[in-house]
Amino acid sequence: MDLEETRLPGIGLRHDFVTAQGRRVGVVSQRSGARELVIYDPLDPDACQAVITLTGQEGEVLAELLGAPRVVERLARLREQIEGISTEGLLVAEDSPFAGRSLGDAAIRTRTGASVVAVFRGGELIASPRPDFVFQAGDRVVVVGTEDGVHAVAGLLADG
Amino acid sequence: MHVHVATFFVELGAVLFGLGMLGRLAGRLGLSPIPLYLLAGLAFGSGGLLPLGAPEGFLTTGSQVGVILLLLLLGLEYSAEELVGNLRQQAPAGLLDLLLNGTPGLVFALLMGWPPVAALAMFGITAISSSGIISKVLTDLGRLGNRETPTVLSVLVIEDLAMAVYLPVLTSVIAASGAWVATRSVLIALAVLGVVLLVALRWGQQVTRVVSGGSDEVVLLRVLGVALLVAGAAEAVHVSAAVGSFLLGIALSGELAHRVQGLLGPLRDLFAAVFFVFFGLSTDPGQLPSALLLALGLAVVGVATKVATGWVAARRAGVGPGGRLRAGAALVARGEFSIIIVGLLTGPVHDLIAPTVAAYVLLMAVVGPLAPRLADPLARRLVVRAQARAASSAPGSASAPASTPASTAASSPGVHPDVIRTGRQDR
Repeated sequence: MDLEETRLPGIGLRHDFVTAQGRRVGVVSQRSGARELVIYDPLDPDACQAVITLTGQEGEVLAELLGAPRVVERLARLREQIEGISTEGLLVAEDSPFAGRSLGDAAIRTRTGASVVAVFRGGELIASPRPDFVFQAGDRVVVVGTEDGVHAVAGLLADG
Repeated sequence: MHVHVATFFVELGAVLFGLGMLGRLAGRLGLSPIPLYLLAGLAFGSGGLLPLGAPEGFLTTGSQVGVILLLLLLGLEYSAEELVGNLRQQAPAGLLDLLLNGTPGLVFALLMGWPPVAALAMFGITAISSSGIISKVLTDLGRLGNRETPTVLSVLVIEDLAMAVYLPVLTSVIAASGAWVATRSVLIALAVLGVVLLVALRWGQQVTRVVSGGSDEVVLLRVLGVALLVAGAAEAVHVSAAVGSFLLGIALSGELAHRVQGLLGPLRDLFAAVFFVFFGLSTDPGQLPSALLLALGLAVVGVATKVATGWVAARRAGVGPGGRLRAGAALVARGEFSIIIVGLLTGPVHDLIAPTVAAYVLLMAVVGPLAPRLADPLARRLVVRAQARAASSAPGSASAPASTPASTAASSPGVHPDVIRTGRQDR
């Protein structure tokens, strides 16, 4: 299966491929987080026959229904494999002192020994965030460390 | 004094509320609000239907802020890498676009006997499509997934980049008197531009760090502050405030750019509306009838040359005849840039220029969103004809299912240069 990736300057990315039955299907990922599921016209392969606009959340649900392996589930499996390592997806609440502040400010690894490996935001995964990454309320922060360490991060995100 | 403040608020309030209603009307009709804002400006100006005096001071400053915000947010949409990458791949199509569409304006101005500065301005006015209108129309019509769309967007990127070079050249030519002074200030402007672009490419991260972090309020104030500072500094060396803020937008990248777009978007919309009204205000509506015929001629040529541009650019990318026509029709809209350019022409260059451009943009901002819709049935006919021709030239494939063209298009030699084949396997 050939997956084609095309940049749409100023808008986002488009991925498309031809199914075994000869239909071309694509997904337009807009920077705003919105997704468009497009089905190409069999008569005119350059045009879309149907366009279905999905919010970030709807896109996530559809992906799940189509059976995409979810990162969190895989992390859960990883946790079972390695004893002594704990992984948790922690929510940055509205009233968290770190909403609007950077990862560097929080100094999580120095203070707890646990590492932030990824952040889920609006259905998107931001892997290995850098120190200048700014937390927003509603982010789900994936943390890996000892059980105590992960627990300490939860406290840190809640109370500072 | 008290009475003055009262009339100021009432008049300004009436103008803004009126614009809001016009914008809603435009949305209902599926048109761009720009022509309606221009008409509102013409109506409120001296000699118009409903002359307003008081808010002029606010509108003057507001319109300048509007230009800065328009260009800042435009710059934010692109990263420096994206611009350079596009330049490499789409340079021939972009060059064709600028020559094919700029030349009619240039020739027109010279035929009218307008001075060379005006001719240079007319080149830009007819060449530049409105990326704002076009990306909105493509989204509204559900054409983001179409295979000609990357070509259309790439042409727009090249145009925006060309503007970054063109605007400082134009402003320094306008400011200078005499050939030698003009050449010198153009060279200075281009040198400054080069340095700023280099900074954006090399040290974009550091520039971003200066303004990132903190609450929304703090980021908003810092970004707006830096934008005005940069715009002012650029204006001081005759590189035009607009270009300064465009380059700042390019330098800001990643997560911050995303955030700033959300914060400044509504502010941009407000001040951009003020900008269009102000341009209408400063145009003499009495000149409009005589300018309309000239503008109509320019518009007819402008539609034809843009359609030709889109056709050629899409063919280069291996798109079929239907998509080529759609690409051309999508590119027709002109708008904010044409008005920004004519707004730079300070002083009395020629009475007819501003009304002609106003009428031209009025026409093109209305025709622009309509053209892709009108071209659609025609594009469909082209597709059917191409199918019939393909079927008759290859008799063996006449009974093949209709689903094969998708794969033939993908394997055609001219696949769009932006396409990266990943060939990912199922995991």
